[in-house]
Amino acid sequence: MKEIKTYISNRVKQTPPSGIRKFFDMVIGMEDVISLGVGEPDFVTPWHIREACIYSLEKGHTTYTSNSGLIELREAISDSFHTDYGVDYDPHDQILVTTGVSEAADLALRAVIDPGDEVIIHEPSYVSYKPCIIIPGGKPVIATTTRENEFRVTKEQIEEKVTEKTKAIILSYPNNPTGAVMRKQDLEDVADVVIENDLLVISDEVYDKLTYDSKHTCFSSLNGMDEHTILLNGLSKSHAMTGMRIGYAMGPSEIINAMLLIHQYTMLCAPITSQIGAIEALNNGGPDVNAMVREYNRRRRLFVKGLNDLGLDCFEPKGAFYAFPSITSTGMTSDQFAEELLTQQKVAVVPGDVFGSSGEGFLRCSYASGLDELKIALERMGEFL
Amino acid sequence: MNEIRDIRDILEIVENDPKKDMQEIALLSGCSEEEVYSCIKELEESGIIRKYKAVIDWDKVGEEYIYAIIELKINLDDRAGYDNIAKRIASFNEVRSIRLISGDHDLSLTVRGHSMKDVAFFVAEKIATLDQVHNTMTHFVLKTYKEDGVALFDMEKPKRLVISP
Repeated sequence: MKEIKTYISNRVKQTPPSGIRKFFDMVIGMEDVISLGVGEPDFVTPWHIREACIYSLEKGHTTYTSNSGLIELREAISDSFHTDYGVDYDPHDQILVTTGVSEAADLALRAVIDPGDEVIIHEPSYVSYKPCIIIPGGKPVIATTTRENEFRVTKEQIEEKVTEKTKAIILSYPNNPTGAVMRKQDLEDVADVVIENDLLVISDEVYDKLTYDSKHTCFSSLNGMDEHTILLNGLSKSHAMTGMRIGYAMGPSEIINAMLLIHQYTMLCAPITSQIGAIEALNNGGPDVNAMVREYNRRRRLFVKGLNDLGLDCFEPKGAFYAFPSITSTGMTSDQFAEELLTQQKVAVVPGDVFGSSGEGFLRCSYASGLDELKIALERMGEFL
Repeated sequence: MNEIRDIRDILEIVENDPKKDMQEIALLSGCSEEEVYSCIKELEESGIIRKYKAVIDWDKVGEEYIYAIIELKINLDDRAGYDNIAKRIASFNEVRSIRLISGDHDLSLTVRGHSMKDVAFFVAEKIATLDQVHNTMTHFVLKTYKEDGVALFDMEKPKRLVISP
């Protein structure tokens, strides 16, 4: 028999492994670890949402749903975007409910990429875009954002990377891991490049509700951008529903249909219990979101000041729940810093280079933890330094 | 200082944890310490902040407190409206809270005593005897699960992964 690994496809072999794996293995069995390494809220899903799920189970709603998702959910999504951003998506053929935004991103990329197509990503950015471009045979092209420009991607940075093979740009703001946001003007500049080069934008806006300085601008709300945009969003971060796995994609019906084609053969539908919870979340969860945002904002202020007081230069993140301090003053690499901090002081953070080589010299610290925990984490980091 | 929003934010911080000092409230609310100081002083003086309190689980201490919820029907006479009678009843130290309510009864009281006898005598002698009170219904509290928004029971906190993307 051949060696087992020779059965594995070359595309998968070319897919880079996740950089957090090592830390994952390190923390196993460690006690008393304070974690700033988590990409999800520390809040539990609000009770009325969980209760809606429980009731639905009691009533026996345990079936498949329409491939696109429950129509009531698609209507609730459509209404919320109309209210929040004045953008209109037809719940019948322009919205697809997915198993988390991760699936939506994968579907969007598989639906549009032919082998050899280039997709521009700004980095540092979420870990799954690059592999999801590589697996269908595309080529990720990196536009590096900088601390000096508060990790916003510029028109020039994108223009520089556009070739005749460029098919799409992935935008991911508010950004994981940096906490950066794009102002409306920044997005309008990107829209110009999109028009000039007739590109598609895949805009992952899952942190849209978590902004602290100004209201988020939805990319497809910009003039003429609805035809160019696959808008991705979900309830994981806004409503603390990560494990429920509800995301959605919205866009031109032809593209949504193409994504639906893959989704119906691979996922069939998102879990019905979670979809019912999502309807409750969208219809009645507004006050919960606002209360969580107010609390994140307090933690953000405390934590970012704490990092700067420790001498770790940290720009003010205005979205998501991450701080992205620079550790270059310590002379350590991100990986070294994160590993030693974990073993010596039991504080878990994620090295910035996990999110692209431009993240080297930074750490991603999630402040989605209670104030008391954040204070202890800062103390321990102080000890470490 | 963005007046209304910041004041609400400061109030929410103080309501959740009255022990926070000015410095921390300033940090959390994004206001300066001076702003927070003068804001809180004004809130206290105007009676918006009435008191700083702790929520205590007296059961855990072993303190033998008996609580009762007492609903009253009131006959309003010429002299006194609900406010007057409520204020009279509120003056008793035994009365922890008093509310005007809709439904079959008019006033709802929470009363605390050291024994059922204490509470029963208090109701019989001090409350039922009031001219305007023409009916009382006493419910003794058997167990308190949540007080002032604070759960008095322990729940296992769901565990997150220590590292996730």
